[in-house]
Amino acid sequence: MADKITVGYTHLSGCTGCTVALADNYAGLLTLLDKYVDLKYMPTLADARHIQKVDVSFVEGSVCINDKLAVEEIKETREKSAVVVALGGCACYGNITRFSRGGQQNQPGHEAYLPIGDLIKVDVFIPGCAPTPQLIRNVAVMAYLLLKGTKEQKDLATAFLKPLMAAAAEGNSACFCDLMTKVINQGLCMGCGSCAAACPVNAITMEYGKPQGERDLCIKCGACYHQCPRSWFSFDVVSNYEAINEAIMAALQ
Amino acid sequence: MGAELGIYKSCVSARSTDKEILKFAQDGGIVSSLFAYALDAGIIDGAIVAANKEFAAKYPAKCIQDSSNFDMIEPFRPIPAIVNTKAELLAAAGTKYNISPNIALLKEATRSFGLDKIGIVGTPCQMQAVRKAQLYPVGMRDVGASIALAVGIFCMENFPYQGILQLVEDHAAMKMESVKKMEIGKGKFWVYGKRGQVVQLPLKVTHKYEQPGCHVCLDYVANLGDISTGSVGSPDGWSTVFVRSKIGDSVWAKAMAAGCFETQPIEKVKPGLELVTKLANEKISKNKKTLEGRATFGVGKALRNPYI
Ligand SMILES: Cc1cc2nc3c(=O)[nH]c(=O)nc-3n(C[C@H](O)[C@H](O)[C@H](O)COP(=O)(O)OP(=O)(O)OC[C@H]3O[C@@H](n4cnc5c(N)ncnc54)[C@H](O)[C@@H]3O)c2cc1C
Ligand code: SF4
Ligand code: SF4
Ligand code: SF4
Repeated sequence: MADKITVGYTHLSGCTGCTVALADNYAGLLTLLDKYVDLKYMPTLADARHIQKVDVSFVEGSVCINDKLAVEEIKETREKSAVVVALGGCACYGNITRFSRGGQQNQPGHEAYLPIGDLIKVDVFIPGCAPTPQLIRNVAVMAYLLLKGTKEQKDLATAFLKPLMAAAAEGNSACFCDLMTKVINQGLCMGCGSCAAACPVNAITMEYGKPQGERDLCIKCGACYHQCPRSWFSFDVVSNYEAINEAIMAALQ
Repeated sequence: MGAELGIYKSCVSARSTDKEILKFAQDGGIVSSLFAYALDAGIIDGAIVAANKEFAAKYPAKCIQDSSNFDMIEPFRPIPAIVNTKAELLAAAGTKYNISPNIALLKEATRSFGLDKIGIVGTPCQMQAVRKAQLYPVGMRDVGASIALAVGIFCMENFPYQGILQLVEDHAAMKMESVKKMEIGKGKFWVYGKRGQVVQLPLKVTHKYEQPGCHVCLDYVANLGDISTGSVGSPDGWSTVFVRSKIGDSVWAKAMAAGCFETQPIEKVKPGLELVTKLANEKISKNKKTLEGRATFGVGKALRNPYI
């Protein structure tokens, strides 16, 4: 189909949890592939694995800078994609791979891992460990609308993607401490508990209505901060939640 | 302004027809009756509410608690909990004027509690959290589509627990455990004792105890709830109800057909929407000023503005 967008998937140092999350859209994924996306390459779900020129590439995993091939792949991904999306905590923020000290089998020399934004410019972040199937779906639909939609759809997609683009521009490390420094210390926390629900390792409890982080448990994924309504919030987009939810569901029918 | 009441399909003054619910409810028993009906009708299979210590003693497995020892939990400290029956709803009815992090249970509700159709009540900021979780589910896998009924409650401000403690024990000179009900209305903070005593405090005493995060809040009447409700605008014992979304419209129509509520046109009651609009505008313009002040807070340095 001519008006599909071309998409690639580069898999670096990630556990395949992001791939599984994408696949967990089940029928939604099949509809995406059927109607909107021409999947040019992807190690697990497509036959082709070599990086090609595409509209949008998703990158799972951080880059091991001791691995020449990985460094080349992330650079080539950047050079050949109009839009690069960092998918998941490791690509966005390093996440669990930041805890590597090397010495593991079968590549003991692979020790230093960086979020991809430390080596290339990244356009959009989808944080989360694992990222959720629903956020991947929402971003995929919005990316399609941005590239192929009507003027009105482009405006919606731009507004929707704006905070995820801002996240990509803002920095490449995340922690429970982001809630401290950018929400609580700034006098913005109102005690909703979204952060505690979002944390994949239950590092956050709500004490007298305010989040406390068990900082040794934190894997530095960024989910708490980005789920928090007081990290960023767009009235234009979120007030329109009903129509946007319906549009996304209709697109995947 | 014009946007201060949010988008809504209809607005009425309403009261539950269930006398038992009214005995425990804060105002017109809208929240508890809606959930009781939705549970009965299979619209929801559980609801996230703000319970308390007595509830936690009776139904410990239905709560999330913080690290406090059970003995340390004070009266009127909210504990987010899942309810599945009317008895549990009644045990969690009534307003607790301090922070109940209800969203902290939203994901777990679909996990160990096994809910597919969640009801949730919350303040306007918590309704914002629910909608952000649906549109941007960064850490909320498989949650968004399970939210079957989100009921928002009006909110001018909230307090940390220690703030409410100071208001009740220092200013109103009552023991927390002797308090039956608290209420903000008619420009005063009211504390009702179990033995019938009533203490009122002027709201200006309460301001310094408010949680700071409330001072950047731009929503008074829970614009993002499926249905939202509060006491303001309606006569004593009645509630003002905004029906907002398609889900809200359908649930409200069914609950009305089932005889859950008696209603009066909002245009016919005093003080009516005029007061709701006035208070909404007051809150929003005061907090917009706070946000402006934050932009020039330091010397060439701003505090963060979360709104983009
Ligand atoms: C902090 C706060 C400030 C408020 N400010 C206003 C106001 O300015 N104007 C106004 O008209 N109304 C305000 N309300 C709402 C009002 O007090 C009633 O909660 C509302 O009218 C619902 O009454 P009801 O009889 O329908 O509900 P009920 O049947 O009594 O049920 C109330 C439900 O709310 C839940 N709940 C109680 N406390 C909290 C909490 N802290 N956080 C989340 N959920 C909670 C309960 O668990 C229960 O399920 C405020 C409520 C709160 C919590
Ligand atoms: S999500 Fe944000 S506003 Fe809500 S409790 Fe956590 S830090 Fe506070
Ligand atoms: S506290 Fe939890 S959600 Fe936040 S960054 Fe750490 S692991 Fe991620
Ligand atoms: S004033 Fe706003 S931020 Fe504060 S509790 Fe109420 S709705 Fe939440």
